[in-house]
Amino acid sequence: MVLTHLDPLAASVFSLMAIASLLLAFVMLGSRWLNNYLYAFAAESWIIAILSATVGFYGNYPELYFIAILTALFRGLFLPYLLWRIVRRLNVAREIHEILQPSSALVVGAFCVLFSLAVAYRVGASLGLSATVAVLALTVMLSMKLIGFLMLAVRHEALSQILALLVLENGIFLGAQILVPGMPLLIEIVILFDLLIVVACFGVLIQYLLAGAGTTSSLELKRLVG
Amino acid sequence: MTIGLLLLIMLIAPAAAALLCIFIRKAEFAEGVNLIASAIVLITAIPLTVLSAGGPYRFWDDYVVVDLPGAWVTLCTAIVYFLASTYAVGYMRLLKEENEKLWSFYSLFAAFAWTVLMSTVMNNAGLYWIAIELTTLVSTFLVGFERAAESIEAAWKYIIIISAGISLALLGTVLFYWCGSFVLGPTYEMTWDTLLAAAPKMNPALAALSYLLVLVGYGTKVGLAPMHTWLPDAHSESPAPISAMLSGALLNSAMLGIVRYLTIAEAAQGERLARVTLVAFGVLSLLVGALFIVRQSGIKRLMAYSSVEHMGVIALGFGFGGPLGIAGALYHMLNHSLNKSLMFFGAGNVMRSYGSKEIRNIHDVWSRFPVQGALWLAGAAAITGAPPFGLFLSELVILRAGFERGYDWAVYMMAVLLIVIFIGFLNHFRTMYFEADGARGIAAAAISRWCVTPMWLALAPLLVFGVWWPSGLWDHFMIAARMLAGASP
Repeated sequence: MVLTHLDPLAASVFSLMAIASLLLAFVMLGSRWLNNYLYAFAAESWIIAILSATVGFYGNYPELYFIAILTALFRGLFLPYLLWRIVRRLNVAREIHEILQPSSALVVGAFCVLFSLAVAYRVGASLGLSATVAVLALTVMLSMKLIGFLMLAVRHEALSQILALLVLENGIFLGAQILVPGMPLLIEIVILFDLLIVVACFGVLIQYLLAGAGTTSSLELKRLVG
Repeated sequence: MTIGLLLLIMLIAPAAAALLCIFIRKAEFAEGVNLIASAIVLITAIPLTVLSAGGPYRFWDDYVVVDLPGAWVTLCTAIVYFLASTYAVGYMRLLKEENEKLWSFYSLFAAFAWTVLMSTVMNNAGLYWIAIELTTLVSTFLVGFERAAESIEAAWKYIIIISAGISLALLGTVLFYWCGSFVLGPTYEMTWDTLLAAAPKMNPALAALSYLLVLVGYGTKVGLAPMHTWLPDAHSESPAPISAMLSGALLNSAMLGIVRYLTIAEAAQGERLARVTLVAFGVLSLLVGALFIVRQSGIKRLMAYSSVEHMGVIALGFGFGGPLGIAGALYHMLNHSLNKSLMFFGAGNVMRSYGSKEIRNIHDVWSRFPVQGALWLAGAAAITGAPPFGLFLSELVILRAGFERGYDWAVYMMAVLLIVIFIGFLNHFRTMYFEADGARGIAAAAISRWCVTPMWLALAPLLVFGVWWPSGLWDHFMIAARMLAGASP
């Protein structure tokens, strides 16, 4: 699939999905309730799964259908379900310790997108791809990265941090589907590995709770300094 | 194929040990199996490193490569793995309350060594990323092994910071693939060689962006400042043999990735940017290391910040580049692995003997533990770069490389900061060795031979390498330098 000679319909579908998932990242950024986070994350994963399938269809990459199924199953159903169970068990319905109000976080997030657009535009121009979907894909990729880091920085509930990590990776998946659809092996393995990370995080998290800290907020993690 | 066989044995031994420990859950059995596996790894790694000079050898459909820079990191890993396994036998027996779970410790330990060894021989940039990610997953549980609130805090910070950092490296990897796809077509095997071959035709702007992402991503794992924040916590809260593995093996394996991408970025017309950023990170790491070493109060955190410092020195060596810089950096890797193992072993012994991690609670080491005290003090002198030890020589080579390649400012910074670190580090040892205490009785824990022998084993080669740089080693480094110089002369 060559980005410069893309079917206009395909290009608009890709753009629509990229923008929709960016929007969902903003939903996550702007919400206080952990459940909303989870739904937004699940929806984002589904959009990425559909995107894989569309790219597979237009670009003739049959292995992308397989990846779409894996993404939908693992990131769209299984992970959100696991996280939802933890939310229920821990009894933390919302983020209490945010450093930045959700509204201010949204403004900062908007600046992240502007910055990503500037970077993507320059890179796109130097590649001779300025008017294609590549610039948009790169923008969304970088801005979801920055938004993920923003969420890691301003949210302190353990679950929010796990979700922020997953957003970091969702951005990469999304961009990778459009920019390098021929790089499948890595992506499908990474999907499985993400799951392992989350399970490992849970392991540590539960140990932490057992150790009697009595809270899942990283603001309380201040024994080790200097 | 001798090399293929050696490699196979080296990779199977720790994996088999990890599995055996799971099936037979006995502490004595597990420590024995792990020790045997580490000995096998060391025995195979030495000829592997020697033979690797014959050129890169590729196995299993090009997924695995044995080249000199990789084999060198393998050797460092094997040495630390063997020393740490020996030490762990004595040290873990001191932790009586963990006796029930010891099998799981050794199983994870062997698995950790296996993942680090795997990462050093991966030929595919994507698989390398996965191997590095695996090291994080396995070692998180080792960092949090003692289940104290501090250990869990360290493990949490470790996995969150590293995963976030390493996801940047994934983004960089994907973008590098995109760079290559303009040259090689939409689907290709992303080996180091194909990337390097495609590099001269890559778009410089995109290659620079990808390199910076990869540098920051793997730099988090290496512990380059300002991404080092997980390092002191993880190193100070994990059991002493694991601290040695983290510092002496894991950090090097991530540095290997940076070096390989550096070669590619350099070939993609980005030499100046690539080198200057790496040098800047190196100087910053030295600065942060120096500041925190001078005002440090925890004994293992002191060693951890010293790791930040030495990773900075290695980054400077590779950043300066040229035959001298690469030789110095590789030599420094080996010396640092040996020396930091020695330091963490000593710190573990002292910590157990005095029952405290705080420097102010440790007194009179000299008169209480003459033998291991002397070993540890010699190690302290060595790690600060005093002659006649190996680190003095490798730091000197790196300094010279800096002058030769025109990075005078970095060399002056490095020299000043190394002097500051020398004073600050040894001052802590002065208070621990020569200041009398308030006659606080200590329960002298039974530090067994298992805990002292590896210190001898680490110090002896360090002294030898300080006074005698084998000429065969120099030839090896020159070959490595040629391999890493890649397309550019």
